[in-house]
Amino acid sequence: MAEEQFQNDIPVPDDLKNNIFITSLDKLYNWGRKRSMWPMLFGLACCAIEMIATAASRHDLARFGWELMRASPRQADLMIVSGTVTKKMIPQIVRLYNQMPEPRYCVAMGACATSGGPFKEGYNVVSGVDKYIPVDVYIPGCPPRPEALMHSFIKLQEKIEKQSIRTVRWYQKGDEVSIPVPMLGPDLVDMRKANEIKAQAATV
Amino acid sequence: MAAGAPAPAAPKPAVAAASPVSGAKPPAAPAAVAAPAKPAVAANTDAEMADITAKFEGLISKAPYEGVFINDPARLVEVATYVRDGLHFSMLSSITAVDYPKDGVIEVVYHATRVPSGGKPLCFKVRVPREDGKCSMPSLCGVYPGAEFQEREAYDLYGVRFEGNPDLRRILMWEGFAGWPMRKDWKEAYFEGETKPFETRWPAGKHELAEERVPWQDNVTFPKDFDPFSYTSKPDGNIYESMTGNRNSVQGFPDAPVVVDANGMNQPQADEFMDELKTDEIIVNMGPQHPSTHGVLRMVVKLDGETITDLKLALGYLHRNHEKIGERNTWLHNIPYTDRLDYICGLANEWGYVLGVERMMGITPTPRVEYLRILMAELTRIESHFWSIGFLLNDVGAFFTPALYFITERDFIIDLFESVAGSRLMCNYMRFGGVSRDFTEQQLQRAHELAFERLPRAIDELDHFLTENDILKARCIGVGYLPADRSVAYSLTGPCLRAAGVGYDVRKADPYGYYERFDWDVPVRYNADVYDRYLVRVQEMRESLKIVQQVLQRMSKDTKVGDIQAGKKAYNHRVPAGQTYARVETPKGELGFYLVSDGGQNPYRYHIRSSSFINLNSLKEMTVGYKVADSVVILGSLDIVLGEVDR
Ligand code: SF4
Repeated sequence: MAEEQFQNDIPVPDDLKNNIFITSLDKLYNWGRKRSMWPMLFGLACCAIEMIATAASRHDLARFGWELMRASPRQADLMIVSGTVTKKMIPQIVRLYNQMPEPRYCVAMGACATSGGPFKEGYNVVSGVDKYIPVDVYIPGCPPRPEALMHSFIKLQEKIEKQSIRTVRWYQKGDEVSIPVPMLGPDLVDMRKANEIKAQAATV
Repeated sequence: MAAGAPAPAAPKPAVAAASPVSGAKPPAAPAAVAAPAKPAVAANTDAEMADITAKFEGLISKAPYEGVFINDPARLVEVATYVRDGLHFSMLSSITAVDYPKDGVIEVVYHATRVPSGGKPLCFKVRVPREDGKCSMPSLCGVYPGAEFQEREAYDLYGVRFEGNPDLRRILMWEGFAGWPMRKDWKEAYFEGETKPFETRWPAGKHELAEERVPWQDNVTFPKDFDPFSYTSKPDGNIYESMTGNRNSVQGFPDAPVVVDANGMNQPQADEFMDELKTDEIIVNMGPQHPSTHGVLRMVVKLDGETITDLKLALGYLHRNHEKIGERNTWLHNIPYTDRLDYICGLANEWGYVLGVERMMGITPTPRVEYLRILMAELTRIESHFWSIGFLLNDVGAFFTPALYFITERDFIIDLFESVAGSRLMCNYMRFGGVSRDFTEQQLQRAHELAFERLPRAIDELDHFLTENDILKARCIGVGYLPADRSVAYSLTGPCLRAAGVGYDVRKADPYGYYERFDWDVPVRYNADVYDRYLVRVQEMRESLKIVQQVLQRMSKDTKVGDIQAGKKAYNHRVPAGQTYARVETPKGELGFYLVSDGGQNPYRYHIRSSSFINLNSLKEMTVGYKVADSVVILGSLDIVLGEVDR
């Protein structure tokens, strides 16, 4: 059916026949962006060393088209949270995330970024970056090996492939997701929960 | 050099005198000067302690386990001045506090060291009451400028006010944080029990999400009636207001003659060029997210034009509470945590910790263990210096090409670590009195190949391409100058101190392990600039290689295969009550562990004296007066790792 329509509607010169691919816009869109992800040059702790190792000669991130690490969030598509997220640092991380243009993705690399890891009970540690930032892929490990980080890229590519240009959030009207920057008070204050915190503080 | 002699004055940075490391020894600065093999001081500090006890009669009393008490905090400065000038303990290694709620006191513990001769550190302690308002004592910044950051840390975590500290703000946490977190009665939000293993989990083996146990469903806690809407947050305090440096305070500011006109404005004297070129003062925040700050460090730099006139550091963005967690952990639990301090050289950190615990428990490791430890620690040093030189090159502007070569070489070293210890970075290899695994024949073969073929070639290559490189020399020679006496005063340690002409290396100065049985030198250079720090690191890699080669040659002859644990293997160690300050030379400098045991299964106090943190004390003096582009190079030459800076 599709073939007939094609033959009827669009005249194809003879020498181009057998040279044309037909695909959906979604496929083209996703094919392009999944192989040109620009991660942010952003290291937090020990996991960042393995991230650098992944980008370096032996593991060679460039094979995935992801080698262009940008120091500015304005030019980055992907935030790799590579290390322990502390309360003192989370306002900056949220700010950086807000500054990244859509579509943006986030990989939580290692135990610390996932849940606080070995330092979870520390008084200055946020138990996982997903308390503030939506995470697309989590990688276990302390630190994850470079291969594990690459695995997360493949997973993220799979995720990107499944998205459709018609339904993705960032092309919908009125979409402007920016996360309120947490405040450093007597402890870390999540401004989304400010009302609850106030109510709870009155009772303790 | 006689023991206790003050550090030699370094010559002015000689721009042309720098010579390559390779080949013949450069004439101006001997590439290697051995520190005295046997320090002339006694192995302990009894004589010195008797000396100050006699000198300050009635003021000094002997403290349990280690060191002396200074009974009147108000006279601390007087005693410290005598310790520095009379007894020649010219460097303050470590300051920390210990909380004793039962006695109602906080004890501040100082360790002073003689450089470069070394020997045991002299320990003195002061006790102050815990109550707010009374918990204060004089600062030692006037005697030892290197005390500044450490005093701020003790203030931040214990609430001890050091009167006279030039910038007494919180350093690791933020201004406004509620409480003094390291005090014994301060409980973190996820508090579960005083010490591990937690009774709630063990022996039944049940666990629950920490989030479900706490009222705020998160790792936070707030004071009663806290209102987020009316709270004004000022996490850095008055950091910007306190930056008072300006062109008048900078020696040798580019347009030197400055006059103050009637309006109090600075007017450069008639100089046609400068008349056209007006410069402004501006404060620039570099970091915590910046590719050149080597992690989440924040430098607040005040510039006049392009010249740095003042600099402040904001730390704590990676403060992971090693010490609080470490005091809840059992002794054994802490070994993997030490890997995560300076994550470039985990194996070197482990050694510092197990050394301290072994001294308290009175264990002597077997020869095989000592050999393996030296082997691993020295390979770590090579690996770490590869890394730091690569990233110094990044900062100089050779973005990543040289670093990629060094990371490749480093990968071969950590491959070996992985095959022996099971992990690339976080090896968790050392045990009290032992190591976790022995090398197999095959692994020894690989170590052999590395030590005799691959690494010497790589270091030669590095030397060949970089040392005489014009750009490297132009960016590094004469930059970041800090003379020897100031370096010592700022408690600078590691390659940076040795590049200033002070041959202080813990491996020779306060020997541990079997280092004395091998033939190697401490590289020293005298120009105290970034280039010399680079040269010292290159030379240190060669010296480390020398040690590794000797270890490999002698290991099979001197030691028994499989003899890798002194005493019994144990999970639950009881360390006899006591205190110790154990230090090792990591690639970054002196790493010390101040451990206090009350005889239980957990450390009562677990303090980490980290060289990266204390070396940063001197950054301001190194950078002020240079251009802003130099600041990243100078920071790169200090070679800090944020995991160890913030802990
Ligand atoms: S997960 Fe492990 S390696 Fe990664 S940042 Fe946390 S402690 Fe470091």
